[in-house]
Amino acid sequence: MKHLLSVILFWAMATSMVSAQKYFTKTGQISFNANTSIEKIEAINKSASCVMDVETGKIEFGVLVKGFQFEKALMQEHFNENYLESSKFPKATFKGQIDNYKKIDTTKDIKVPVKVTGDLTIHGVTKKITTDGTIQVKSGKLQLSSMINVLLADYKVSVPALVKDQISKTVKIQIDATLEPLK
Amino acid sequence: MRNQLLLVVTAILFSISIVQGQNDDLLSLLGEDETTDYTNASFKTNRVINLHSLESTAGGVLDFKIGHRFGTLNGGAYELFGLDNASIRLGLDYGISDVLTIGVGRSSFQKTYDGFVKYKLLRQSTGKKKMPITAALLLTSAIQTLKWADPDRDNFFSSRLYYTTQLIIGRKFSEAFSLQLSPTMVHRNLVKTNAEKNDVYALGAAGRIKLTKRVAINGEYIYLLPNQVSGDITNSLSLGFDIETGGHVFQLHFTNSTSMIEKGFITETTNSWTNGGVHFGFNVSRVFTIKKKKLE
Repeated sequence: MKHLLSVILFWAMATSMVSAQKYFTKTGQISFNANTSIEKIEAINKSASCVMDVETGKIEFGVLVKGFQFEKALMQEHFNENYLESSKFPKATFKGQIDNYKKIDTTKDIKVPVKVTGDLTIHGVTKKITTDGTIQVKSGKLQLSSMINVLLADYKVSVPALVKDQISKTVKIQIDATLEPLK
Repeated sequence: MRNQLLLVVTAILFSISIVQGQNDDLLSLLGEDETTDYTNASFKTNRVINLHSLESTAGGVLDFKIGHRFGTLNGGAYELFGLDNASIRLGLDYGISDVLTIGVGRSSFQKTYDGFVKYKLLRQSTGKKKMPITAALLLTSAIQTLKWADPDRDNFFSSRLYYTTQLIIGRKFSEAFSLQLSPTMVHRNLVKTNAEKNDVYALGAAGRIKLTKRVAINGEYIYLLPNQVSGDITNSLSLGFDIETGGHVFQLHFTNSTSMIEKGFITETTNSWTNGGVHFGFNVSRVFTIKKKKLE
């Protein structure tokens, strides 16, 4: 009887270990550009958080808007003050679902093209998006890469008429992150 | 038996907690890292109107300043309410780092050259490092180069020199409201009469209210402590708007001071708001990024 219980307990724990297959990073890179022929508008943030559950295919990103670094200090100030209003909306997040997550075998070094659908929240506005990306398994770590295009107008980021030719209406966002097992 | 029961209960509870854990927000598993959040943009630029604001020029950025003060409104229609006369200051400010700014300028009023060093002592911040205020130290000097009033007497170069020491203490209370105090000492090497003090103490106060994302209303007042300067000197009061358009900040204002540098607007303001001795004026600030920040 005692043995049986121990076995049950062990089994319960073992299964819970498997189902807790989560991967994470706190140093994901998110960069974007809204370049036009007149102005180079680029920024990078190297402290994006990401958690992915391999068992369910759920994935979440979070990033502090103030953490985006620009080449030009004034551009960074305007980005925070006038466009993204980072004191009002400090975080941008993405909560999504990877459709073919079952193909991701974390025991083998493989590259899996994935499609992700979920909610992207920027500037306090949430929109459903779908994007393509890749997940590469390399010695027990997951390398995520994806690019998304967003329309500034979709997220209620208003650009004054005076500078509307200097800022691209669509912004390219590049995401690169290497996830490690979450213990 | 009791022990076994305990084991079973523990096992069940454990697996339940795991299942629940999966329904939770994934990101919350990582916990919150506390970061220090420095307050910025307390004012649109590093000047309120005449006074230095608590903001500095960012590191690697050159700020070209054009300051203009027309004549006084009480000049009437004959002087087109002051527009016939103008005094100008051209200046360059450069941010050596985010906390250290230097600048030079030349004013047509009294043909004066000026230079300053501004160092941020404290930066307002929240989060990991908490600091309720921003504080900066400003040191300026000015050389007045008018021809000697009396060339026949012994004139010394040192008589042309003026120094200002100012502490700027302020806080951005909310997105829209910032306030600062500027205790100041102006040293004048030469004064006109015995009754005037070489060292003049004053207290400046300045604030801004943001009306929209790109427009703010600014005000500043400088109180001179009594019995330091001749009787015709008044306290400086200025009110105006900041309008920001990308790389430019336009500041439009009304002020009773003609000079745009500390020794002038603090110790030499003679016009008064009460009799219409008010100048319309503007400052234009245009920034150039000289040294770009490395993104990698």
